[in-house]
Amino acid sequence: MTGDQFESDFKDDLIPDAGPLAGAPGDVSDMSVAISDKIVGVDSVAARAALADVAWEPGAKKPDPILIADGVVRRYGGLTAVDVEHVEVQRGVITALIGPNGAGKTTLFNLLTNFDTPDHGTRTFDGHNIDKVPAYKIANYGMVRTFQLTKALSKMTVIENMKLGGTGQKGESLWRAVLPFTWRAQETAIEQRADALLDRFKLSHMRDEFAGTMSGGQRKLLEMARALMVEPSMVMLDEPMAGVNPALTQSLLGHVTGLRDAGMTVLFVEHDMDMVQEISDWVIVMAEGRIIAEGPPASIGQNKAVVDAYLGSHHDSALDLDTEL
Amino acid sequence: MDWVSIIESLFRGLIGESFIFFALAAIGLNLHFGFTGLLNFGQAVFMAAGAYGLAMMVATIGPAANRNFGWDLSESTLFWLGIFVGVIVFPVIFALVMGIPTLRLRADYLAIVTIAVAEIFRIVVRSPTPGIKKWTNSSDGLTGFSGTFYDMSPFGTQDRYLFNLFTGNQMFLVMVGWVVLAIVATICWLLIRSPWGRVLKAIREDEDAARSLGKNAYAYKMQALIIGGIFGAIGGMIRAIGFSVAQPDNFITDVTFFVWVALILGGAGKVLAPIVGASLLYGLLNFSDTFLRQGVSNDLIPDSLMTGTQVGQVRFMIMGLGLALLAAFRPQGIFGNKEEMALDDR
Repeated sequence: MTGDQFESDFKDDLIPDAGPLAGAPGDVSDMSVAISDKIVGVDSVAARAALADVAWEPGAKKPDPILIADGVVRRYGGLTAVDVEHVEVQRGVITALIGPNGAGKTTLFNLLTNFDTPDHGTRTFDGHNIDKVPAYKIANYGMVRTFQLTKALSKMTVIENMKLGGTGQKGESLWRAVLPFTWRAQETAIEQRADALLDRFKLSHMRDEFAGTMSGGQRKLLEMARALMVEPSMVMLDEPMAGVNPALTQSLLGHVTGLRDAGMTVLFVEHDMDMVQEISDWVIVMAEGRIIAEGPPASIGQNKAVVDAYLGSHHDSALDLDTEL
Repeated sequence: MDWVSIIESLFRGLIGESFIFFALAAIGLNLHFGFTGLLNFGQAVFMAAGAYGLAMMVATIGPAANRNFGWDLSESTLFWLGIFVGVIVFPVIFALVMGIPTLRLRADYLAIVTIAVAEIFRIVVRSPTPGIKKWTNSSDGLTGFSGTFYDMSPFGTQDRYLFNLFTGNQMFLVMVGWVVLAIVATICWLLIRSPWGRVLKAIREDEDAARSLGKNAYAYKMQALIIGGIFGAIGGMIRAIGFSVAQPDNFITDVTFFVWVALILGGAGKVLAPIVGASLLYGLLNFSDTFLRQGVSNDLIPDSLMTGTQVGQVRFMIMGLGLALLAAFRPQGIFGNKEEMALDDR
């Protein structure tokens, strides 16, 4: 089956606008209030509806891309870990980046967030070229990431972790640091925002505990809440479900969809297909460093290139000794 | 046994000159290691920077400038200039030399470079090459730079103060030292509880996390290295004034490790820890020194076991034993929190 045939076969079966569980699990209706007053209204329903016209092919053009990567190549010696011709991430939707182990997902993720430098290629975020921008400045542009191995700052309390996320803090300059009256007011405001977010993520009871005493799932929640302190327009989640107790999964999913409903763009790397199917609006599939397929989640399971990548291209035919040897 | 002299010596250790030098250097190291996670094994070079900054300004550079440029800077002007050079200029230069190549890399590279810079500086200063000896006076070191300081002393040089512990000049040095120590500790305390200090702790815990939240980890590490170095330089400068000499062998690698011992004893990452650690370290060293000497001279310790000349070494053996016991039973130090220490990345 070619890509085009496949696309026309399945497109009618899909709900084009909101995903099946849009805005469903968890209590996230007033998320936007807690997160910030800064976020400009991106209409996530319209953004998702716009995806209906996007072709189901690798490197497809999106109507309103927030993040664009062009010709991004990363080699480790002789191994090409990532070789992506073109990829766009639509603003205001949840995009999943999936692929078998070693496909280069996390490497691409690091390249998109400037935690790694590509051998060539250009990346644009929200209209800014970010090729030469150091990783720490990306956060100021409104892109914030989390990590596969959760980086809760163990020997700091939960509230300290949260307050760290505030951007543009006056007290973070060495000279003002010794003059508390110059930053006290801002600190109070940041603390209030942090407390509101902790409430939202149901972590208030841990407020003054060391982050190192938290469970794996709570750390994921803390990391996500801390990322929101940056008031981002795009949140990049590296395996948000890894090591999370199933009881927390639903609440975590609710929080991710809550981000989108609050007008943020979400890109996440994930192995858990249930999560991908449940909450993503668009899926990008990688294998061997390249993007091999794109489309809405329901289309991916049927895509031949994807099935081949996960199971091998001869998984459904008898072994033919002549071609194998 | 002369208990009075044993107790006097104990108190000199607890609150005296050595305590002040090492507490200052340990506060700096605490900012490096305890709060930012920087492995600095060259704190001695920051102390040397303070000592030589002052000594060279007053004893060699200043007079040379007066001669060559026809200036007429008095000794006291040079003294204050020297304080500026020793506390700000030299430590900043050393911190930049150490930090620029290594702070982008893993922590161990800084460790290697700091220990190397400290030894290189000491060996260069020690060099008998005329071109260098002209400025640093080789292993004999520089003298004649502390006059301005002691001229300000209100204490009589012939009298003894504070229960006979200190002579007038020592009393003046110790008093100035306490005030400086209090100021430095307050600055450190203010820094640590500010958002700036929070970023440092975040960098210690995980640099990438700090970066992902928009903090320029490199710049913060450099700032911490400079500020901690300045604190160390103040300690080294007071040490040089106390001895009235800046000598390269006062800043050997051992000095760095005494600073580390003071910090670990108190508990890295607590503001008061280096002060209490340095106090206990020198209290213990002085006490065991005088105690053993008294024991040997009163024949309580037989010569077959230890002679008077071996006391100096034996007290370090006792200190080593104490450290081993500390590591076994209280690894977090005196002020540390055991639960906090157990929270390593899971």
